[in-house]
Amino acid sequence: MSVELSPMILAIFLPLFGAIAAFIAPRAAWSIGLATLAATTGAVIWLARDVWAKGAVMLPLGGWGAPLGIDLRADGLSVAMLALTSAVGFLVSIAALDSLKDAARQRQYFWPLWLLLLTGMNGVYLSTDLFNLYVMIEVIALAAVGLTVLNGTRDALRAGLEYMYASILGALLFLMGVGFVYLHLGRLDFAGLAGAEVSGSLIAAMALMFVGLALKIALFPLHFWLPAAHANATAPASALLSGLVVKAALYIVLRLAQYMPFPSETLLTLVGLMGAGAVIWGGIQALRAERLKLLVAWSTVAQIGLIFVAFARAGEMGLTESWKAAALLILAHGVAKAAMFLAAGRIKDEIGHDVIRDLDRAPIRPTLAQFTFALAAISLIGLPPSLGFIGKWSLMEGAMAAGYWHWVAVTMAGTLLSVAYFSRVLTAFLRFDRVRAPVGEHQGWALADAAPLTLALAAIGLGLMAAPLLSFIEIGYPFGVAQ
Amino acid sequence: MTPDLIYGLCGVAVFGIGLVGALCAQDRLRRVLALKLCSVGAGFLLVVGAWRTPPATPDPVPHALVITGIVVMVSATAVALALIRRLQSLEADDER
Amino acid sequence: MTDAPLLPLFILLTSLLASPVLFALPERAARLRTAINLGMAGVKLALVAWLSLKVAQGVIYDLRFEVLPGLEFKLQADPLAILFIALSAVLWLITTVYSVGYLEHGPHRARFFGFFSLCVAATVGIAMSGNLFTFLLFYELLTLATYPLVIHRGNAEALRAGRIYLIYTLAGGLVLLLGTLGLWVLAGTTDFVPGGVLADVVAQNPRAAQALFVVLIGALGVKAALVPFHAWLPIAMVAPAPVSALLHAVAVVKAGAFGIMRVVYEVFGIETAQALGVTAPLAMLAAVTILYGSLRAITQDDIKKRLAYSTVSQVSYITLGVALASPIAAVGALAHLIHQGLMKITMFMAAGNLAEGLGVKRVSQMDGVGRAMPGTMLAFTLAALAMIGLPPLAGFVSKWYLAQGGLAAGQAWVIALLLGSSLLNAIYFLPMLHRAWFRDAAPEGAGAPGRPRIGWMLAAPPVTTAVLVLVAGGFANAPFSPLEWTRFIVAIEYQE
Repeated sequence: MSVELSPMILAIFLPLFGAIAAFIAPRAAWSIGLATLAATTGAVIWLARDVWAKGAVMLPLGGWGAPLGIDLRADGLSVAMLALTSAVGFLVSIAALDSLKDAARQRQYFWPLWLLLLTGMNGVYLSTDLFNLYVMIEVIALAAVGLTVLNGTRDALRAGLEYMYASILGALLFLMGVGFVYLHLGRLDFAGLAGAEVSGSLIAAMALMFVGLALKIALFPLHFWLPAAHANATAPASALLSGLVVKAALYIVLRLAQYMPFPSETLLTLVGLMGAGAVIWGGIQALRAERLKLLVAWSTVAQIGLIFVAFARAGEMGLTESWKAAALLILAHGVAKAAMFLAAGRIKDEIGHDVIRDLDRAPIRPTLAQFTFALAAISLIGLPPSLGFIGKWSLMEGAMAAGYWHWVAVTMAGTLLSVAYFSRVLTAFLRFDRVRAPVGEHQGWALADAAPLTLALAAIGLGLMAAPLLSFIEIGYPFGVAQ
Repeated sequence: MTPDLIYGLCGVAVFGIGLVGALCAQDRLRRVLALKLCSVGAGFLLVVGAWRTPPATPDPVPHALVITGIVVMVSATAVALALIRRLQSLEADDER
Repeated sequence: MTDAPLLPLFILLTSLLASPVLFALPERAARLRTAINLGMAGVKLALVAWLSLKVAQGVIYDLRFEVLPGLEFKLQADPLAILFIALSAVLWLITTVYSVGYLEHGPHRARFFGFFSLCVAATVGIAMSGNLFTFLLFYELLTLATYPLVIHRGNAEALRAGRIYLIYTLAGGLVLLLGTLGLWVLAGTTDFVPGGVLADVVAQNPRAAQALFVVLIGALGVKAALVPFHAWLPIAMVAPAPVSALLHAVAVVKAGAFGIMRVVYEVFGIETAQALGVTAPLAMLAAVTILYGSLRAITQDDIKKRLAYSTVSQVSYITLGVALASPIAAVGALAHLIHQGLMKITMFMAAGNLAEGLGVKRVSQMDGVGRAMPGTMLAFTLAALAMIGLPPLAGFVSKWYLAQGGLAAGQAWVIALLLGSSLLNAIYFLPMLHRAWFRDAAPEGAGAPGRPRIGWMLAAPPVTTAVLVLVAGGFANAPFSPLEWTRFIVAIEYQE
């Protein structure tokens, strides 16, 4: 039994060891953290090259092999998610260096928690069996709750506890589903799922797992915990939670849809309707939000809804293509939302508050952070040429071609709502007649703006690279192997 | 009714009780306990999956899964309790 | 095939790359900013001249790369694109000079010129878009780049106007997205091809094609200020004068009109559109807009609002010429794209000078301003007379061809329409001229004597464009005049 050094193993275990090291040596935590991230990013690049050259790669851990042992597998989609996680994570880490510089206690715990979170997410993207996924989402949940309550404020603790309940319950629902699957099939690996016949208990299992994941994703109407948790966390934590954490559970939904025979058209429509509800309700709440970070958090609820609309856009028959639209939107949202939360944090730091109504009274205008916020908003609204636009384009294209005009209408309504709520913020940036003191427009430029700005520019620029991105995601034909 | 079915239904019922508690309970501690019940119910179900009519030996895999699940839940409970304690001490400060 | 295949890209980049540099410059670096602005505008003008020569020689420029499977980002430099780019390059240079003078001591100049450059880049992109998808990208960019310019003053009134502007244009953009998707799904391509790409679709599914036409024209009609989508234009007048000038002459309304041209000529194809029976309603809509805009202009006392309603009316000449589906009318339409730009920018810059130099913002305050600012008012007068259609000025040339085209297409009502419109033009412009030249300034009115203080950077641009109005009309048959270039284009679009 030879131990082969594989980038997949590195991607999971580097952050794990990093987390432990950062916990043991809090003074060096930040350097350990950055080094670990750089190394993990290197491993992901290595893996990407492998996948690019050879197609999907498989690794039986310890040489046991499925169904008994644990397999790791990487295809285009999982590498894309890994790349999203490490790239966004790396930039958020750099931003965190600055934004946590005056908070020693937060800094001490940020790095171990974040590296643990990274372990869990990378584990999800490489797992090939349901139980492994369960363990990983629990790891993610614990680390994510830790990040939510990092700043120790009462609001953050309350929101974090609420998040904890939802997250654990979601994981347990998922576990229940896993139990049903095992009862029915006697195995939990994806390959075993792929060959299964549709049956009542399998549908029940699927439903349980989906509801559990929906709780973790905060899909309407199970979104109740998200706005408070994401809005009250400290800015880099919010960026990680909103940009990356919800994506892990979303990814599992995509995977399940790939390997488990999808029950029926009606259920898919139901999923789409939940998404549509999220788009509308999230939009309305964002319009009413009084604080900047709360608005951004509600926009996450709406955007998650849009991803599910993309998933359901062309019905059961269109699922073999629809997942790509959903994947594009997942990537777009991950990058843009991380940028937006970091920018919102910068604005709050510079101005001293984030009450939307009073943003235009501030004599200090952190121009670069505001610009970053605007760029991120462009991608989230889905204006060209951003990646968000390309995702929306694919969504509407598929829906239109399949004649599902209601999904087109939902998308357009969501776009208008997002324009409405983001312009509440953007116009405040450009208004000057309510300021009493002389305005220093160029105040508040800082190196800390570099990371969010890079993310926001990436969200815009990646749209023009959607064709290679799509062909990469399709490597390993995630939706072709089922049968 | 075979024993495995009885066990399985018990598991589902316990999970259901936990679910209701987790959703409806007001008290923070009660909600943690409710979640614990859920995990016990799910554990039941997995253990049932291991059942084989004797003389066949039970399937070991679910047992491994249940043990892992218990470990995970223990840590989750610890985190939840820590959060609750911290929140209570903050709120106690407020009232003073 | 060509010695500089990336030339269109460079033209786009002159203003696109200038933008972030201008944003980053500190507020006080005024000289450097002006140098970059003028330098880039000059470089672009030279590149455009080079490109025009090449295109006239028959060189084909075509740059593309795939954004989604089968869907391309595509830049092309066809004669129609050149027409629009040349207009934007010339007017960018002139407006930049004017803006530098206008904003000399104002706040937020870095931001202003950054977005100004971005706006010009978007216009160039719109002109050179080789398919509707690329057009959509730049069309939205234009919206985003102009919004901060419209609300530049940053007060409540500007923000209110900006909100209305944004609602109209983004809603229009969303509908355009719908139309582009529809075209992509129906035809499998969004390319602009002379003669159109929809002949098959029209044959099989005329209803869908008609719906597509309505959606696309409706979306573009928002920026082109076609009735009933015109309301944003007069409201957007709160913008600083150079912005209004640019919006009316080159950027926004022209982008809409230009888009209508592309859609009718190169998405549907003029014959297909005619067969589909959609050109006649479009012509009617344009006619209604022409009359409505002029009628509303008469009652406006605010100079810029009167000019804005006049734009609503005048831009629809372009749509009318396209919709008449006759090559001669098309010549008029295309020439008017240029001519209207030159005339309107002159008038807006002159109006800006009146406000800056004399504080005159209303028609009722214009008594005697001719004597106070003779150069500016001479330019204004020339442009106004051209608008009315006095030969041999530029406006006359467009109207002449439109009328001829109407006759050729068997639509004699066009003559009546043009006569009526000219009459209305005279009704709202002549009183302004009369006040300016033949009335004495009220003793303590805004137009009271006392040397107005405007620098050469404000005074020269309107005079320059006025001279161009004169030249474009008087030398309409010279090579490389707008009219000659227009004939070249029409030969392509009508595939003669």
